[in-house]
Amino acid sequence: MESLVIKRGRVVDPANGLDHELDLLIQDGKIARIGKVDVGGKKVFDARGLIVAPGLIDMHVHFREPGRSDKESIETGMRSAVAGGFTSVAPMANSQLTADNEAVIHFIRARAKEVGLCNVYPIGAVTKGLGGETLAELGIMAEAGAVAFSDDGMPIMNTQLMRRALEYTKMLHRPLIVHEEDKNLTQGAVMNEGTKSLQLGLRGMPAVAEEIMVGRDIALARYTGGRVHFAHLSGLESIELVRRAKREGVAVTAEATPHHLALTDAEMARYDARTKMNPPLRTETDVAALWQGLNDGTIDAVATDHAPHTLDEKQDELSVSPFGVVGLETAVGAVFTYGVHPKKISLSRAIAAMTVNPARILAINKGALSEGSDADVTLIDPERRWTVDSSTFATRGRACAFEGLELMGKAVMTVVAGRIVYQER
Amino acid sequence: MATRILGSSKGTKPSLPGLLGIAPLSRQDIVQIVEDARKLKGRSLEGIRSDAPLKGRRIMTLFFESSSRTKLSFTIAGRTLGADVLDFPTSTSSMSKGESLKDTVLTVEALGIDAVILRHPASGSPVYLSKIIAPPVVNAGDGSNEHPTQALLDLLAIRERLGRIEQLTIAMVGDVLHSRVARSNIYAHQKLGNRILLVGPPTLVPDSLRGSYPVEIHHDLDRVLPEADVVVMLRIQQERMKEQFFPSLREYHHFFALDERRTKLLKKSALIMHPGPMNRDVEITGHAADSEQAAITQQVAAGVYTRMAVLNLVLAERGKSRH
Repeated sequence: MESLVIKRGRVVDPANGLDHELDLLIQDGKIARIGKVDVGGKKVFDARGLIVAPGLIDMHVHFREPGRSDKESIETGMRSAVAGGFTSVAPMANSQLTADNEAVIHFIRARAKEVGLCNVYPIGAVTKGLGGETLAELGIMAEAGAVAFSDDGMPIMNTQLMRRALEYTKMLHRPLIVHEEDKNLTQGAVMNEGTKSLQLGLRGMPAVAEEIMVGRDIALARYTGGRVHFAHLSGLESIELVRRAKREGVAVTAEATPHHLALTDAEMARYDARTKMNPPLRTETDVAALWQGLNDGTIDAVATDHAPHTLDEKQDELSVSPFGVVGLETAVGAVFTYGVHPKKISLSRAIAAMTVNPARILAINKGALSEGSDADVTLIDPERRWTVDSSTFATRGRACAFEGLELMGKAVMTVVAGRIVYQER
Repeated sequence: MATRILGSSKGTKPSLPGLLGIAPLSRQDIVQIVEDARKLKGRSLEGIRSDAPLKGRRIMTLFFESSSRTKLSFTIAGRTLGADVLDFPTSTSSMSKGESLKDTVLTVEALGIDAVILRHPASGSPVYLSKIIAPPVVNAGDGSNEHPTQALLDLLAIRERLGRIEQLTIAMVGDVLHSRVARSNIYAHQKLGNRILLVGPPTLVPDSLRGSYPVEIHHDLDRVLPEADVVVMLRIQQERMKEQFFPSLREYHHFFALDERRTKLLKKSALIMHPGPMNRDVEITGHAADSEQAAITQQVAAGVYTRMAVLNLVLAERGKSRH
């Protein structure tokens, strides 16, 4: 394979504590050298003005294959990922053919390998068919390549089953990723329950529905010694519980989405399903708490919860439209626009939340630009202004919370295993 | 450490005031019982029968859980020693008419018996029984608590095959949490100072066991097998799967069955044991169960002699029969 030199970019690699103008030499799919590189005949990319980061990792996406490729296939999902600067993604198990058995895990990996654009680490379901009642063959799925287990989309309402899952997965050394929502409190809801839902006349789901389950699962994690990762945290109280649990030494980690970090339930005034997701957008106080959480380490990772649905589905009326918005191609823009530029988070922390931290949680050997590591690299133009038009996106999903907004910051080149898989024109 | 129970009574021979479990026994008690059993095994059956040390004694088996081998084993043991062994038919008994366990056993006692052999699904039932009736109670398995004669016969089988019952590494694999066989064995090996390795999924072999017993907990069977002198495979029950202790029999088998590949990981001298009944192709396959290293049928044979030894100790020097 051809060598590649990425020259004079600002290399930001929190895993190695780097933030410096440095060259990167990529050879045979690996990072051969970081430092001053003699160009001598090699292919060069001038990265002046750009941030050179380890390939970004999104540990929470939904590809709809097998089953609903019309919403998103593994291929279009991967295209969307690399267009957004992501070199590794972990797709959730709630595809139509549920990833609750080894055959689907094998299929996802095989299909991803065929497409070859980025790394795909499948997440296996905790329960069969996501029914929440019987354990799926977790160990066999782990051996087939599942990096974590989750019923995401659904909470695990059965406490006894959650207990067993937490105990059982201890021997598999993989996290149990949980979607925290007490379904008894959220029936029929389309947004956050609060002042806005009252004013708009819409049924809301209260943040306490998330808080209750977070509390329950922290207690169970403490009791069993099992490991929980909280998906898409959205509420201030949930974050406070996780903060305390971490102080105590309970084995918990957490993630937040760019849309929860950027937007509030005020968006719902349009009565437009393009801002309908679960958990819903909440209040300014919650947004502030999420940034606080990212800054003090309570929240480890930024993960998009990229949840594509068809145009028709998301243009349906609010009460009927499914929950979910896309996120892979706006993540970098949102994190920079709402976080890095207004100085709500340092560049280093932001990059860590999308590289070394998710890599650590999933125990994958990615997320760093060490000499000898896989040449997964993301180049970001922090100053690039662009307007979000999801009809131009690689994803088949047609609902984007940032539709029409101007963002500042974009991934302009994505390298996977030393190969340029995406490049901005 | 339990104080020695096998003390000399008025006579010159030691005796047991019933056998509720291994936990109350001392190391010497255990060694003694295994030795007695071994001596009995060395004698001819005609010799034992003509001695008839328990002639005139009436023993009642009171089994509230189905069992073929244990009940038969006790019955054969008692009859070989000359005792009259009767079975109280619990399935068709007055208990199905609503009689309490307490009244049932008081009735049984009043009919005139010298000893009761009890198997019951409730842990602690032999203790309960021994507070109500005077004759000694021998525990044939109480709930998830203990199955003392199983642990003792296992030791006899080990003694016969390996020549010793100490300085051993014992691995027990499977549903330790619910297994009375595992617990009695843990007590026995603990008292003998053996190294105890427990293997299974964390739901059935929880870390909390370490808080109560000097055991090592493992979830990787392949790693443990080369170190074991004895591997005891425990039966896995379908009900546990329904209770979500593990996802499927197939997955359980994949990670914890003693199959052909895993049998090859054992030391040549290692013993394969199973308290029975076996679920072939679940926790064990024929490659292991029918191999040279298996001591499973030996365990069954050892059971009769072990139970003879126990019944002797419980009844032989107790003086005249009660009826």
